[in-house]
Amino acid sequence: MGFRPIANTRSATGIMTAKLAIWWLIASEIVIFGGLLASYLMHRLAHPEWGYYAEHTNVYAGSLNTFILLTSSLFAVLAHHAAQQGDGKKAARNLLITCGFGLGFLVVKSLEWSSEISHGYTITANTFWSFYYTAAGIHGAHVIIGMACMLWVANTARQGKELHRVENVGLYWHFVDLVWIFLFPLLYIAK
Amino acid sequence: MAEHAEAQDGHDDHGHDEHHDVSFYYKTYAVLLVLLVVSILGPEVGEATGLKIITLITAFGIAVVKAGIVIRNFMHLHTEKTFVHYFLITSLAFMALFFFAVAPDVMKHEGTRWENKAAKAWIQKVEAEYAAGGGDHHGADAAGDHGEKTEGDAHGEAAEHH
Repeated sequence: MGFRPIANTRSATGIMTAKLAIWWLIASEIVIFGGLLASYLMHRLAHPEWGYYAEHTNVYAGSLNTFILLTSSLFAVLAHHAAQQGDGKKAARNLLITCGFGLGFLVVKSLEWSSEISHGYTITANTFWSFYYTAAGIHGAHVIIGMACMLWVANTARQGKELHRVENVGLYWHFVDLVWIFLFPLLYIAK
Repeated sequence: MAEHAEAQDGHDDHGHDEHHDVSFYYKTYAVLLVLLVVSILGPEVGEATGLKIITLITAFGIAVVKAGIVIRNFMHLHTEKTFVHYFLITSLAFMALFFFAVAPDVMKHEGTRWENKAAKAWIQKVEAEYAAGGGDHHGADAAGDHGEKTEGDAHGEAAEHH
């Protein structure tokens, strides 16, 4: 039997250690994004004038990105389903499609930011825009990290190895989707 | 060895063997898209009718519903061990603790013996600008010749104690 990381072979708690680590990661991310969103919320409620600033965010871009991330989540769970069936190639293909949607999200986001920055809505414009770029930026960084992890997992899944990783990386991706589900109304819808 | 064998199969040993048909995920996705459309159109209706409650329910209420669906149908949290629920809830509790501990300070512009005049003045100024139709140049309006310092003050630096 070849070498395999202990996290992939041990489940002292009843959950495989690697998957447990993902849940812990998500728990820590809840505190990171939760703190950021809670700060935004309390400032937003205290400053009604932020509603005017929010009118300059692009609802169409935000809606399109929500659609893109929801669709990517579908393919992430389809990859998990394929991995459960032992079909590594199909799992890898679905992960690559998920990555493609992640890339689409980043393209829309970069076009949106370019337009906003060119109109003077920069991170230093005021506190609303500081929160806007910080929250969306940290989220975007998570999208990039998730895509990198998925490419790596897709590579091993394609060879039929370590298929449990497909679910683990999917859990992370769904969490990234969840964060956007809350960012969307907070930054784009609430005027 | 049994653990090894399960890991090789790509399955856990925690009872997460809730196998859904692929159509289940497509149906879930369709529901999520319908909710997305409602969350976009709802606030428009809320604005047109002047009923903010419609905006709150369709934007934030539906966000909670969408999150619940993703957590249940895509992440399958309900099939996990109970202690996973506990530490996720603990994280949410810390977030709530942070909010309720800090919010009274951030969200109020006056208290028993203090008043944040700069914050009040800033809000009035921006609202007056937008009411007059002059506040929609861009966000940098607030950070340009008059904004940066005042904005900083508005968030508490110039809170006047008396």
